[in-house]
Amino acid sequence: MLLAIVESIGRQVILWMENSGRIVILLGNTLFHLREKPRMKHVLHQMAHLGVDSLPIVLLTILFTGMVITLQTATEFIKYGAQSSVGGVVAIAMARELAPVLTGVVVAGRVGAAITAEIGSMKVTEQIDALRVMAINPIKYLVVPRLLACVIMVPILVIFADIIGTVGGYLVATLYADISSFTYIHSITLFTVVNDIIGGLVKAMFFGGIIAIIGCYKGLTTGEGAEGVGRATTASVVSSIILIFISNYFLSLVLYR
Amino acid sequence: MIKLEKISMSFHGKYILQGIDLEVKKGETLVVIGPSGSGKSTLLRLMVGLLKPTQGEVWIKGQEISHLSEDNLNKVRIGMGMVFQYSALFDSMTVGDNVAFGLREHTTMTEAEIHKIVTRNLRMVGLAGQQDVMPNELSGGMKKRVSLARAIAIRPEIMLYDEPTAGLDPIMSGTIDRLIMNAKRVLGVTSVVVTHHMSSAFKIADRVAMIHGGRIIEVGTVEQIKQSENPVVQQFILGLKSPSAYVRRRSEMR
Repeated sequence: MLLAIVESIGRQVILWMENSGRIVILLGNTLFHLREKPRMKHVLHQMAHLGVDSLPIVLLTILFTGMVITLQTATEFIKYGAQSSVGGVVAIAMARELAPVLTGVVVAGRVGAAITAEIGSMKVTEQIDALRVMAINPIKYLVVPRLLACVIMVPILVIFADIIGTVGGYLVATLYADISSFTYIHSITLFTVVNDIIGGLVKAMFFGGIIAIIGCYKGLTTGEGAEGVGRATTASVVSSIILIFISNYFLSLVLYR
Repeated sequence: MIKLEKISMSFHGKYILQGIDLEVKKGETLVVIGPSGSGKSTLLRLMVGLLKPTQGEVWIKGQEISHLSEDNLNKVRIGMGMVFQYSALFDSMTVGDNVAFGLREHTTMTEAEIHKIVTRNLRMVGLAGQQDVMPNELSGGMKKRVSLARAIAIRPEIMLYDEPTAGLDPIMSGTIDRLIMNAKRVLGVTSVVVTHHMSSAFKIADRVAMIHGGRIIEVGTVEQIKQSENPVVQQFILGLKSPSAYVRRRSEMR
């Protein structure tokens, strides 16, 4: 019984390590192909498809997050007479953590899933094999443009998220919590430094990279049939979100020491 | 042109192919026949480097390819074309873009020149004027023909066909057979065709190789295969219940 449990855990650990190794190899191969001139048409297409199309859902998510975080912060801060700090706290939380992480999670759900489903269905219908037979490297053709698009577009989405989250906070602070417009904005300028925003954008680049590489890896290793594509898509989203949360902690540790 | 030397291929410890020795000469059409699951498609995938053999060597135009990197393999693959069992058309592109794909990627031709070749190739496969149609709007036979038009667009020296007539009606199968023979006649390509349709095999083959249980059990001209004394070969050709049914039938005839 005990042996069976240990064996099962051992198998899972080996599988996990194998997968991690393959992801690192895919990342290495992708970075290797970055030395060549990327297919700009494909990169721009992916930027529009993966980035611009995600903007509405990112804005909606972050707007309400900014609003709710201000609602909770303002209610507590007002009790202690610290309403002059609300704007700054919300802005810092937004720039450093909430905007990059939530944007990452939303993009992982939308874009990561789309990348895996698209590449996965190409795999099961032999389109990836057709690319290889036609002397096209699938990493160069499929992975590189998606990686570039995600690494460029997720930080851009985070810039919009920073703005809309702070605006959401401003609306709740001024209309609900009776904090003056001047106090809220002054608090932001007092508390926030450029590095808060830059740190968030650096995180966003990492998250974009995680979403693209995991999405492509899961797509390229999809099992047989529609069920395989479904499983790969779910695994892609789950893995990306977990990696975003884990890497976020370590990035915060490094970036905001 | 193509040479397989002592090829063995296993998946998860189970051997699919064992000790395969096979040579395809320049300009020849070799048809590989055999029951489903006998390793025919695996053989084709080894020839184009989609799979690497567990043992043995694959030689294409005098170059051993089983140890090449993907980038070096691509240099060899430029001279090869393949028609997949389920066509494998790029479903995000139109028919015209599918056929033009290799030309755009590997040549410096102008769009006008590419358009001319696409139009000519689609006309050749009986699909003139279908450039702007999406693959999901086509029937199975039409997809196979587009796949063929795409494969021959870059004028390969070697063509590989994986079950080109599977799932098609007899008329469409005949059309595909004629296109394969045309590609050979017009372009002079060396072809390897995997099929289990005996009528197609006998029509298009210069030589036939029968694969069974992961081994090549017979290679010869169409006549030699038809006259084969091997009960397994005859069982497959005649569609008999078992090899012993052929042995019984032969003894009755004598």
